[in-house]
Formats: sequence, structure tokens, C-alpha cells
Amino acid sequence: MHPLTYSRAADPAAAIAAHAQDPHLAFIAGGTDLLGLMKDRAALPDRLMDINGLPDMARIEVLRDGGVRIGALARMSDVAADEEIRRRFPVITESLLFAASGQLRNMASMGGNIMQRTRCAYFRDEDDLPCNKRKPGSGCAARHGLNRLHAIFGWSDECVATHPSDVAVALSALDAKVVVRGRNGERSISFTEFHRLPGNTPNRDNVLDRGDLIVAIEVPDRIEGRASHYLKLRDRESYEFALVSAAVAVATNGLRIGSVRLAMGGVAHKPWRLTEAESALRGVSLDDVQALRTAIATSFVDARPLAHNTFKIELAQRVALRAVQIAGARA
Amino acid sequence: MVYLFVRPLGRIGGTKNFHAGVELRPNEMNESDTEERQRDGRVHLSMKVNGALRSLKVEPRMTLLDALREELGLTGPKKSCDRGECGACTVHIEGRRILSCMTLAVMHEGKQITTIEGLERDGRLHPLQQAFIEHDGFQCGFCTSGQIMSALAMIQEAKAGWPSAATADVTKPFATADLSEAEIRERMSGNLCRCSCYPNIVDAVVDATRRI
Repeated sequence: MHPLTYSRAADPAAAIAAHAQDPHLAFIAGGTDLLGLMKDRAALPDRLMDINGLPDMARIEVLRDGGVRIGALARMSDVAADEEIRRRFPVITESLLFAASGQLRNMASMGGNIMQRTRCAYFRDEDDLPCNKRKPGSGCAARHGLNRLHAIFGWSDECVATHPSDVAVALSALDAKVVVRGRNGERSISFTEFHRLPGNTPNRDNVLDRGDLIVAIEVPDRIEGRASHYLKLRDRESYEFALVSAAVAVATNGLRIGSVRLAMGGVAHKPWRLTEAESALRGVSLDDVQALRTAIATSFVDARPLAHNTFKIELAQRVALRAVQIAGARA
Repeated sequence: MVYLFVRPLGRIGGTKNFHAGVELRPNEMNESDTEERQRDGRVHLSMKVNGALRSLKVEPRMTLLDALREELGLTGPKKSCDRGECGACTVHIEGRRILSCMTLAVMHEGKQITTIEGLERDGRLHPLQQAFIEHDGFQCGFCTSGQIMSALAMIQEAKAGWPSAATADVTKPFATADLSEAEIRERMSGNLCRCSCYPNIVDAVVDATRRI
């Protein structure tokens, strides 16, 4: 790794000010993504500021309105073990447990998890292959290269990468909020607005600016939360990123779907919310497989495959279907 | 300009990409940044390693793995992928299993670190080490220290009631009695064994779970 200096942030305001005025400073929490990026020379910060000592940022607490606030420094394993979250939002627990390994979950922070950068092999490669995310204007080696693992929704000729986080998919389905403290105070960003589509600026993964510090993730109380499920398909059974995944939360009247929340991973540059399918699934009976399939298909009208990932369009619909069935059986 | 750091393999396209070296920007060490006394580019650090207080001086960019191996001579944790993909560098920080290749040494001032060297007591192997020998839980042995450190913490996680991706219903409390072979395989999936000793590793862990 390249030479760098290290400091510890003691106070959020000072950390934010330092980050705002110094483009070569990076915050580090768990470090599990940042160190990989630095070793692959996809991130070259001159100064690291360790934010692990910032107060009150690792707690998991129930809010007065029934929501749950997860501190940005809470570790994936702590959130996955949390009994309140397991009981009320199993989709969050499962999405965390199906990600990475026991060791990495003990290290990785929740804030860092949603800031993870893509696993696109061209982006991660040390040889500076064309990648607009890594070096704007250099092109996209994946667009006409090996793109079996890449996007089927929302991609551009400039970037066809997918977002790697699992828990971000669950949080998107639940319409969680990212609480950010910046130069002008604190603000809440809706999870579906947090990550960006690539367009012609794929170097920006999300809407954060310099001087922004994620302090927490807030999950509102959701009636669909208890009957929820995260289904992840991978090239190997464990310790792998998703080919395709689905986060589903459902509320039912008998066998009929009352309301459903549905988001997918491994298919786009951000967690992909299936809003058309959510509307179409309302009122459908959970034992009517054909009707479930037809409803889910409404969100795949604008799916566009690349040369090597046409299979994902059918696979994603089957994954969504099975996830709805499993979540429905929990209602 | 300084040239150093040779890494032989490119990550796409196999073995064709040999680096001659990588250009580094001049080190912009900031003198005012004295919180960590970085005057000569190195930081004083003390950690409790395997029960003993150890002081060392490291560059901020040094991983915990390199500090343990190169500065403290603890070569039990192995450097294999150096990317968080294999688990051979697994050690414990404050009793939790982590990957020492994916964290910086400077981040662990004052922490308790345990490596495989810290498991034996008065010349007697830890029951988990003994179980790996009895069940032939290794061939080349390169992943073994990571496997054992991971398994030891994994058993504690199960005892603490943590569920896993192999747990059918995460809403229910997890009991140690639920720690099936499928659970062990899933919970140990962060430790790769290229000799593929997995069946024997699982047997060793099952056996050790009864002894610990």
C-alpha cells in the first residue's frame, strides 16, 4: 500500500470539517472495503481518519415511534445478532448473514457496508483497465467485455456495474433512511435515493458529498417487516457476492397479499426496487403461482441484458417469486 | 519518486501482467499531525498480544497481519490472499475473530490480540488444536492456524446465540445444540482449504465443540 498518515477523530464536527476541506482524506471504520480498494489502487487516500472512537455511533436502539436506529459504526455481526431486529425484520438479519464471512461481519460497519464499491473485476483490477468508475473518461471494459455478473436494469454505456451490498437491498425494500451529518447539520436521505444510477458519472456511487458522515440508519416500523425474507443466489453456496438476490416483506389478509415490499440485488448499480410488481401483487393470492409470476413480470418490462447475463432476467423473476412465497408463508 | 512493492499477479486474465513496480506519490507527511507522532513516518503502538504487552513502531499503512509477522515474529497467522478472501490470517481482537490482513495495526492501540501462538497452555495444546491432529484436519497446514482461530471464536458465537445463514428461523434463539454440521460449514465458510480437508475439519470442530 502507498504511504499515508493516520489520525483518530474524537469529535464529529472536527471530522466533518477535516473531510470537507481535504479531498485526500478518507474516513476509515471497519476498513474491510477500503483496505481492499487501497491494495488494488482503486482508492489512494493520503490521510486516513479513524472514526471508530466517535461517541454514540455503534448503538442499536428502538425509537419512540417504533422504528429501529442502527448506529453507523455498529458491526454487521452485532446487527445480525440483535434480537429485536431478528424478530421484527428477519429480512435485515438474513441479508447480513448471507453476506461475507464471520470474520468480515465482525469487522465491517453498517455505514461502510452501504458505501461499498462495486465488485466489477475491471474496476478492482490493479492494471488500470478502462473503467469510468475508477478513472472518469477511460471507458467501460465490462460493457463489451465479460459481463455475466453485471446489471440488467438502469445501466449506461459508461458503466454496467452492480452494487455489492446485501443489507442495502433489504433496507431499500423497507424504505429505511440514511442519517447523514454534514457541513450544514443533519439530514435524512431516503434509502431508495441514497445510491445513484451510473448515467455518465459512474464515479459517484451515491449522493454523499465531501464532509458528509453517515451517523445512523433508521428503519421505520413496518407491518410487513415480520413476514420478510432475503433470498440470495450465488455461484457458490456461501461467502460470495450475489448473482441475484431478493428482499421481500409482506402483509397478508388470509392468503391474499395486502401489501408487499420488494427489492433486488445483483441487477443494478443500486438496490433495485420493484415498484410496479409491488402494486401488481396487491390482492394476489399466495397460492396462485401464475398470478404471482405475471405480477412480478411487470417490473421486468424494461430489463436489458448484456452479452453474457441474459439468464439473469429469468433467474431474477424466479428468485423474486420464491422470495415472495417464503415471506408469505411466514405471515 | 519512490519505486517499491512488487505484486506479481494481475487479477483479470491470469498471469500475463507482471508489474515492474508502482509509482508512488511523494509522502506528504504532515508535521502538525502529531497526534500519532508520525515524524519519521512511523507510529508507536502498544498492544496486548497473547497476554503480553508488546510495544512496536509501525508505518500507518502496515496491516495488523504484517505487524504480527514482521515486527513481532508471530508467523502463525498466514499471509495468503491478502484480500480478505481466504481466512488464513484470522486472529482474535478482544475475543472476536477478524481478518488481520484487512485492518491496520495502528487502529488497534491498547487492544488484546490473540494468535494461534497464544492457545497452548504450559506446553499443552488447546483441545481444538488436538482435535485437528486427531481428525487429520489438514494436509499442507497453511490454512490451519486460521481455521483453528476461526473455529474457536465461531463456537463462542454459537454459544452466545448468534444465528447463521444456515439457521432455518432467525427469529428464534439459537442454542448450541443446534450447531449441526451444516451450521459449522456455513459459519466456517470464510476459511478456505485448498487441500480440501473440509470433511475432517468439520469432524475436528464437532469433536472440539464437545470438549470446550
